[in-house]
Amino acid sequence: MEHIKTLNNPNLKETAEKGGCGECQASCQSACKTSCTVANQQCEK
Amino acid sequence: MAYENLIHKYSLNGYNIVLDVCSGAVHIFDDISYKLLDYITTLPMSEECPEDIVNNMKEYPKENVESAYKEVLSLYKQGSLFSEDTYGAFADKMVMSPVKAMCLHIAHDCNLRCGYCFAAQGDFGGERCLMPFEVGKKAIDFLIKNSYGRRNLELDFFGGEPLMNFDVVKQIVEYARSIEKQHNKNFRFTLTTNGLLLNDENIDYINREMSNIVLSIDGRKSVNDRLRYRVNGSGCYDSIVDKYKKLVDRRGHDQYYVRGTFTKYNLDFAEDVLHLNELGFDQISVEPVVTDSTLDYALTQADIPQIYAEYERLAKIIIEKKKNNESINFFHFKIDLDQGPCAIKRLRGCGAGNEYVAVTPNGDIYPCHQFVGMDEWKMGSVMTDELNLTMKSKFAASNVYTKEKCRNCWARFYCSGGCNANNLQYAGDILEPYEIACDLEKKRIECSIMIKAALA
Repeated sequence: MEHIKTLNNPNLKETAEKGGCGECQASCQSACKTSCTVANQQCEK
Repeated sequence: MAYENLIHKYSLNGYNIVLDVCSGAVHIFDDISYKLLDYITTLPMSEECPEDIVNNMKEYPKENVESAYKEVLSLYKQGSLFSEDTYGAFADKMVMSPVKAMCLHIAHDCNLRCGYCFAAQGDFGGERCLMPFEVGKKAIDFLIKNSYGRRNLELDFFGGEPLMNFDVVKQIVEYARSIEKQHNKNFRFTLTTNGLLLNDENIDYINREMSNIVLSIDGRKSVNDRLRYRVNGSGCYDSIVDKYKKLVDRRGHDQYYVRGTFTKYNLDFAEDVLHLNELGFDQISVEPVVTDSTLDYALTQADIPQIYAEYERLAKIIIEKKKNNESINFFHFKIDLDQGPCAIKRLRGCGAGNEYVAVTPNGDIYPCHQFVGMDEWKMGSVMTDELNLTMKSKFAASNVYTKEKCRNCWARFYCSGGCNANNLQYAGDILEPYEIACDLEKKRIECSIMIKAALA
């Protein structure tokens, strides 16, 4: 494409179908303890 | 939902960035395609570029407007622009989860008296005390029982200062390790420390047993010592830096954070991040203070513009450092656009009171460490194996659709509804987002994605 560069393809809807295993980290455990950041976490699958 | 809520667009550091909120797609637009988005007012998009768009963009050649339109249309058709929110059905099915993470308050005592401590300088508003092994053992049993089919269990040794009760930490680790296999569990231990009591022996133990370690330090000596001081008022910086360096070197710089707090006193907190990096640390988290908004050092709405500017400044510095192959990871700019958490996880980020609980030295259970000391939020005891399921279900029902202000927010799948304890403390309700935290989170997300764009 000439005008638009895609940095990340759509993937969220796909993860909704197969996600939700619950094995990933509880959200504020790794460093925060005073806020909640989710998008930086890794999927365990 | 209005179509404009389906995307978020912003320009930062020379990049026109467009997020497709519901698909997770991220695009970088040139000026003409970016401007064109303002004139797309109805969905579905038409096959041909509407005449009024061409008329509204007369400063650009018609053929350029039309070619930009074609590209936008192509993204729309492939589901990576203006995609619809289809997650409500999943949210409706969200029920109570197994308890899989626990914050163990191994010591309600501390050898520092940090000015901003949300733990009331270590005692959480109660008596100074240490957790006996018997309580820790019961907590492990409680976690194993209540985690049902979950295999990965997280246990954070927290305080106060956990190294003030390190023998019990070791006993609990030993006990958990002795029974994890028979229950098909995998314990991941973490520890949060102020560093004063670190020595060769406990450093080696921590590096062997703790999957992650959080080392508290605010940055520059003057900044750190202003709010992180002992009972006698002396700052702790000089006593901890070398110990942290030793610990981090010995674990190969793997799985740790040096973690600081910024306040109104150091709105130039990027300098503290850089100072920590100059000391040799590359995993850095410096986070906004959580405190009573009437206090001198509390962050207020008036500080937001300066904090925004500082986050932007830090983002640009980090881009330059990464281009020079320098190692630096700022926790709040860390974002995984591709292999990050699934959409289900993103609907309900905070696990407090549902999949995550805090346990006090006497075995009382609270939704998380920030609720400890608020009697009305006590939700059980590991000693009697009781858990208030009515309260648990209230937390389980907290998600981006039950939080009115999150439902249409562009950042909802990145922050996932924020910190419920912050919501309670500042807005009076776990379902009511705390505005300043929202503002800062959105800015951090924008900076994180801009960094990805710059380094792509």
